[in-house]
Amino acid sequence: MRGARLLKPFIFTLSVGPLAYLALGALRETLGANPIEAITRSTGIWTLRFMLVTLAVTPARWLSGWNDLARARRMLGLFAFFYGSLHLVTYVWLDQFFDWAAIVKDVAKRPFITAGFSAYLLLVPLAVTSTAGMIRRLGGRRWRRLHRLAYASAAIGIVHYWWLVKLDTRPPRNYALLLAALLLARVWMFWKRRKSGARASSGALVC
Amino acid sequence: MIIKRAPDIRPSEITDESLYLRRREFMKTAAVPAVAALAGLAPAPTFAQAALPNVRKGVVTLDEAWTPWEDVTTYNNFYEFGMDKGDPARNAKQFRTKPWTVKIDGLVNKPGDYQLEDLVAPHALEERVYRLRCVEAWSMVVPWVGFPLRDLIKRVEPQGSAKFVEFATLHDPRQMPGQRVGVLDWPYVEGLRLDEAMHPLTILASGLYGKALPNQNGAPLRLVVPWKYGFKSIKSIVRIRFTAKQPVSSWQASAPQEYGFYSNVNPDVDHPRWSQARERRIGEFFKRKTLMFNGYADQVAGLYAGMDLKKFY
Repeated sequence: MRGARLLKPFIFTLSVGPLAYLALGALRETLGANPIEAITRSTGIWTLRFMLVTLAVTPARWLSGWNDLARARRMLGLFAFFYGSLHLVTYVWLDQFFDWAAIVKDVAKRPFITAGFSAYLLLVPLAVTSTAGMIRRLGGRRWRRLHRLAYASAAIGIVHYWWLVKLDTRPPRNYALLLAALLLARVWMFWKRRKSGARASSGALVC
Repeated sequence: MIIKRAPDIRPSEITDESLYLRRREFMKTAAVPAVAALAGLAPAPTFAQAALPNVRKGVVTLDEAWTPWEDVTTYNNFYEFGMDKGDPARNAKQFRTKPWTVKIDGLVNKPGDYQLEDLVAPHALEERVYRLRCVEAWSMVVPWVGFPLRDLIKRVEPQGSAKFVEFATLHDPRQMPGQRVGVLDWPYVEGLRLDEAMHPLTILASGLYGKALPNQNGAPLRLVVPWKYGFKSIKSIVRIRFTAKQPVSSWQASAPQEYGFYSNVNPDVDHPRWSQARERRIGEFFKRKTLMFNGYADQVAGLYAGMDLKKFY
């Protein structure tokens, strides 16, 4: 199918957009008075958005019946990891400037940083096992189980966001509602499939 | 009390204003055409403010570079006009600051509704360069124009029973879109102990950079208390009340475990969620150490002698 072949390049192009916008903004000095803060915020929020878009692929496939969507899922997930890595690098390099003592203290002492760091660490095994070879080696079932860490990572990522806002908790709340909807869609699918008995293998159910 | 003066910035170090104002033109002409095509992303130019006449220059100076006008006027926490730092500059353009009345009431011999002009006119405007340290761990250096609050307080004659001063910002959701959202209990309220309000460093500001205060910076009249976190320096003031009881500030009411009444800049007392030991000076790459009382300890530490600053944060 022609559409499916173009899907990945299309999504890839869209996904580098936020980075291009930041790079251009940094070059042109249009990121405002506090560019480091702007970069930190932008890479953080895009990590969360890519996490949620990745988690939306499977429900979207169920709803639309367009199974080719699954082809883009790995790339979206890796973009979440990519923006998460940029977010971490921004913090370590631009914000703290490799002040390891301060960083260790921050991670240990500031719950919101502890949460953000944990959410990122949970993504590392997912990125590492994202290749076809790793899926084969782990076996589909074990691989799927491992990749349920994505739910925890997204949830902890939202907690990280929630704990850092000074006053206006509406944006993290909206992300939390979105994540809840995406997880509920899986629960709903689980029950539906169990009732119809269509799938005997429970491993296939939440991917 | 004597205000200690740091050495002046040498005139040779100051970028000529006309040159400074044209720096974006330079950036634009230097940029490649492909980038120029994206000019829609450029921020809107800020409007020229009227210069204030008869300002006594250099009343308080600081041997640190001034934060550029552009940054001081586009990076603002003024939730009445939106939660984003850029919102106030965008949303406060049409804000009406004329006519403006300030109600002075409470335990005072000369209460009344004062027209702004009458309130400010008797005072000589002074240029005072202060550090501004935000509770979010960033800072600026701002050349304010204003007059000591103590001079106004003396004029209105507080009674012996007055121990605190409470300030309130205008409450007008039609003009202030941020007030249509209940993130804080509007109107914004702040307070000082009377001796803090009487301190010679505490000013009411009506300008910055020699010009009338831009709306996003708290026009037409705001408080500036340089040794406290920025949120104490309440903007667009419409009421000054003298009380015997300690006022409850908006931030205290919203999160008492995070924001105390005093909110003095203190590198040793962290915000419960982040460190206050260092700050990012706007325009600088490396963080710098936060100074006790924002560098004004010599002048203000005496106000808090014997107080446990971890308890009275």
